[in-house]
Amino acid sequence: MTEHVVQVDIFWADVAVVGAGPAGLAAAVAAAEAGASVAVVDSAAQPGGQYWRHRPETVIPDPDGRGHHDWDVYLDLRSRFDAARTRGAITYLPGRSVWMAQKHDDGFTLRTTPTLASPTPVATPTLASPTPVAVRGRRLVLCTGGYDRQLPVPGWDLPGVMAAGGIQAFIKANGSLPGRRFVIAGTGPFLLPVAAGIAEAGGTVVAVLEASAPSAWLPHLRAAVGVPEKALEGAGYAATFARHRIPYRTRSVVTEVLGENRAHAVRTARVDSAGRVRPGSERVYDDVDVVGFGWGFTPQLELPVSLGVATRIDADGSLVGVVDSRQESSVPGLFLAGEVTGVGGAALAVLEGLAAGGAAADGTGAPPSSAILPPKAAARAERHRRFARAMHQAHPVPAAWSEWLTPETTVCRCEEVTAGEITAARSELGAADSRSLKSFTRAGMGWCQGRVCGFAASCLAAGNSHPSEPSLAASAKRPLAAPVSIGELAALNDADY
Amino acid sequence: MNPPSDVVVVGAGVMGAATAYFAARQGLRVTVLDKGLPASGTSSACEGNILVSDKELGPELELTRYSLSVWQRDLADHERLWEFERKGGIIVASHESSLASLHRVMAVQKDFGVQVEELDRDALRSAEPHITHEALGGAYYPEDCQVQPMLVAAQLVRLAVAAGATFHADTPVTGFLRSGGRVTGVRTARGDFPASAVVNCTGTWAGELAALAGVEVPVMPRRGFVMVTEPLPPMVHHKVYAAEYIDNVGSSDAGLQASPVVEGTPSGTILIGSTRERVGFDRSVSTEALARLARNAVALFPFLAEVKAIRHYHGFRPYCPDHLPVIGHDERAPGLWHAAGHEGAGIGLSAGTGKLLAQALAGQAPDLDLAPFSPARFAEAYA
Repeated sequence: MTEHVVQVDIFWADVAVVGAGPAGLAAAVAAAEAGASVAVVDSAAQPGGQYWRHRPETVIPDPDGRGHHDWDVYLDLRSRFDAARTRGAITYLPGRSVWMAQKHDDGFTLRTTPTLASPTPVATPTLASPTPVAVRGRRLVLCTGGYDRQLPVPGWDLPGVMAAGGIQAFIKANGSLPGRRFVIAGTGPFLLPVAAGIAEAGGTVVAVLEASAPSAWLPHLRAAVGVPEKALEGAGYAATFARHRIPYRTRSVVTEVLGENRAHAVRTARVDSAGRVRPGSERVYDDVDVVGFGWGFTPQLELPVSLGVATRIDADGSLVGVVDSRQESSVPGLFLAGEVTGVGGAALAVLEGLAAGGAAADGTGAPPSSAILPPKAAARAERHRRFARAMHQAHPVPAAWSEWLTPETTVCRCEEVTAGEITAARSELGAADSRSLKSFTRAGMGWCQGRVCGFAASCLAAGNSHPSEPSLAASAKRPLAAPVSIGELAALNDADY
Repeated sequence: MNPPSDVVVVGAGVMGAATAYFAARQGLRVTVLDKGLPASGTSSACEGNILVSDKELGPELELTRYSLSVWQRDLADHERLWEFERKGGIIVASHESSLASLHRVMAVQKDFGVQVEELDRDALRSAEPHITHEALGGAYYPEDCQVQPMLVAAQLVRLAVAAGATFHADTPVTGFLRSGGRVTGVRTARGDFPASAVVNCTGTWAGELAALAGVEVPVMPRRGFVMVTEPLPPMVHHKVYAAEYIDNVGSSDAGLQASPVVEGTPSGTILIGSTRERVGFDRSVSTEALARLARNAVALFPFLAEVKAIRHYHGFRPYCPDHLPVIGHDERAPGLWHAAGHEGAGIGLSAGTGKLLAQALAGQAPDLDLAPFSPARFAEAYA
């Protein structure tokens, strides 16, 4: 047998940060400015995360931030990030995904692999195994963000159906549109910037369908008023919608995506507050080539879960990590910031990142900081959290969403598992949680490891729209947090660590 | 108090499911209890093997061959429910010395009725086109089969219920009902379940349950990691493993051992097994185990170096010090029966074990003598 023993590149730091979006950038900057040495691993090729994703800096060196919110915040964080890199306080490892995180007595190890977006083509030429890259941090800050939560409907597996955030990312990264005529559907305020971004990039938004109703806002208005910039943001979208004549329909959902080989139309319906279709309200929008769905967000929780952090169910039904006022999780030395502690938007993520970075640097040799966030910033973070909670309560996942499915509707796209197969596994084999459902049907066992269908499958197993914490935790448990080549695993040598 | 049963089966893994199924088919009133859902223990953390090729000569091979016949006859009508596949196993030798050992093993196996065919270098290459160029030859075992083990357990529980059994999930057993020295049922948070016989099918946890009845059953956990690749078009057609595997299976060495076992599955993923180590119920991930699995797999199938692993899992194989399962009535606690400790062979042996035990529970003479597996052997050892 050939023994591959390869040199491993190990980066040592006081504070290791995963993610370079709003939370990760802020955490890295705060830790570095507090005097700690910092290593940042990020799956993207350049800083910004999903929220501040922008065209390659190799092509456009000084992006003007058009279409972005809080671009001045990004520019400020970015210049401080770059300055810290220049003086050697931050080591930046872009284009790498963490496939495993481990806790030791004296810190954490992150094992990374080059980011890969899709399955390996079979005819891959034989390449030399890449050098493994690992990061050792005395403290760890996880800022892994989230992704669009999806609910299946008939036809959602057709080409032309995208996550709403995927459309936005496409526009931000390419400066062009993935289609001509769009329908955006789901629930939550995030649908607005997606539609506005399409219109501003020259696309036609045929309709925005919001499952919730504006009146759902009223009880939560006070919380929204506490964050005036959100109200301004909303006014901006309203102006964009009016200018581009974008129809915004509330209490409306896409019940089916129509098309042979790709999406070309959608069937929609008006729904009641539980999401039940109002008879006779169905209509078809023809000539639609991209359908974008967004049902809120799912925090990316596999790394926190693999390290054993305590979790809870947030107001939006998502599994999130529990943190204290310093953003420290139940695992000492492990901090969480941004969407992994509860979906609350970029401004909150930045504040949490600053707190987490400062707290993580504390005690690593950096001078102790008495207050992690100044009181005014802490109060602002609290207002953002209240606002997020109000948003979540106003935009719930409709209780009756599973009634839109037919037995033939694909739920797990990777393994092609249908709603009918899932119902049968539940009723005949007693699959009452995501784990047993996966065992019996393979739902969530494929390439995406349940990232897309995990929430929906947990709902279907539970028979309601509120899956339990253990079921979501089982779904978030991914012993490999990212795909990693077997050649790279073969090159691991524990003596290196 | 729940209604009385003839048999309470504790554990709804493959062993409990098969026992419940055959006992219900015997006309016995059967109640199955599990602390969680069906197949949530070791049955969900293995490879679903029904192997003849790796068995030592003796009682285990006898039980294996009997069990294979139960899979293929008694359970033939249901095989699609659990993706039964006559995949065939291939043992590969990459050194002259291991090839010679393999030939000796084959000769003995043939004498005991195991179907095995020698593969020369070319025959091996046509059976597995992507095998390493270092392979010198191999042995083909057409009787080696594969199932989806979680489906076996869940479907056999369903079939047992259809045959009259009752199943309670989320019902851990907290103690035994006793009458004099006899075991007369179990205690749970959902009340008592009286029964003429209680069968301990709790796998790796069989020792804990037996202790509640005051008897010692030395079943211990042995951790095994399995790695799973991204789905691919068919590249590995059989269950392919290296000759060292056979030596590892029967070893009591506590250290990490790994022999390459590589196989394709109906879903397109390739399973790479399997390590064996005695570390108790340690659930932490061992990078050393993953690295060993990866190196071994690449040595057998070099193309795997470029393939992505998308997940791994580990389970705790239940084993006894003499590497034989414990099957049968426990004279030390009359009324208590065991079917546990099948080590890495539990899926394959479950069908036969369940049928034999059901015969014994119904007062019939089992098709195969259960004496070699008797719990009484521990009574002597621990007296």
